[in-house]
Amino acid sequence: MKSAIVVFPGSNCDRDVQVALRQAMGSEPIMIWHKDSELPEVDLIVLPGGFSYGDYLRCGAMSAHAPAMRATVEAAAKGVAVLGICNGFQILTEAGLLPGALARNRDLKFHCRDVHLRVETGQSLFTSRFQEGQCLRIPVANRDGCYLADEDGCRRLEDNGQIAFRYSDETGSVRPEVNLNGSVSSIAGIFNEQKTVLGLMPHPERLSDPALGGDDGRAFFDGLVEALS
Amino acid sequence: MKARVHVTLKPAVLDPQGSAIRKALGSLGFTGVGKVRQGKLIEIELEESEPAAAQAQVEAMCKKLLVNEVIETYRLELDS
Repeated sequence: MKSAIVVFPGSNCDRDVQVALRQAMGSEPIMIWHKDSELPEVDLIVLPGGFSYGDYLRCGAMSAHAPAMRATVEAAAKGVAVLGICNGFQILTEAGLLPGALARNRDLKFHCRDVHLRVETGQSLFTSRFQEGQCLRIPVANRDGCYLADEDGCRRLEDNGQIAFRYSDETGSVRPEVNLNGSVSSIAGIFNEQKTVLGLMPHPERLSDPALGGDDGRAFFDGLVEALS
Repeated sequence: MKARVHVTLKPAVLDPQGSAIRKALGSLGFTGVGKVRQGKLIEIELEESEPAAAQAQVEAMCKKLLVNEVIETYRLELDS
């Protein structure tokens, strides 16, 4: 399996994802500069977290038009798996690879802490190591993580099984008071219709080794690599 | 020609920054303040001098980059 990580000016989790993928794949991911208009043949493209282009205009708005993103959109159309974490999720919505938008957290705070997620389906490339209803502990670090979609958009996500993760308490119960940023339906991560693209606000790469304080993110990357190998 | 694009969140989208401004105004003693909505203003100098062409050009910019029409809306003004 081969993977590429797109590095934008202002990305800050590119190296963390590199470490997590290297650990899961046993080989080196290819780092791609945002100005590269051609991507190598890979099975997975990762858009890492950070503050690409300083979040100017809107989070992810500038990056969505970077040459490497145009190539990513083309690759995604051919079925190449794309994973966007945090800022990567924002870029995916701005680029139209995922529906909806990410807005300022409802309480205006930058949340940087571990949260619990309920896995909404184990039936995807990205969640094959998990069971529906399983609870994961994964960190978040964002100020613009409030996922918004209109009523029809939400219904489509629900009907097509496109919701990957919801914010929950430590028992996996989805309650409004643990929805830290005000996302509709407590959404923390969604797929495209084909489930080949995943965007999520929490950072599985930041808890992918016991030395980091937890390894729930390890299973995420192990499952993804296994599914794509 | 100069274009001014006023970008605001759609009315149905909650604006937590607007709510915070409203509270701050209240705590400063300003009374009678209703709903507050925050947006942004983008000023663009254009070489184009023909209003209809300038309008079409800026609308294309809004759709492509300046506005996220999932949650935002915009109002455009042109000055020659």
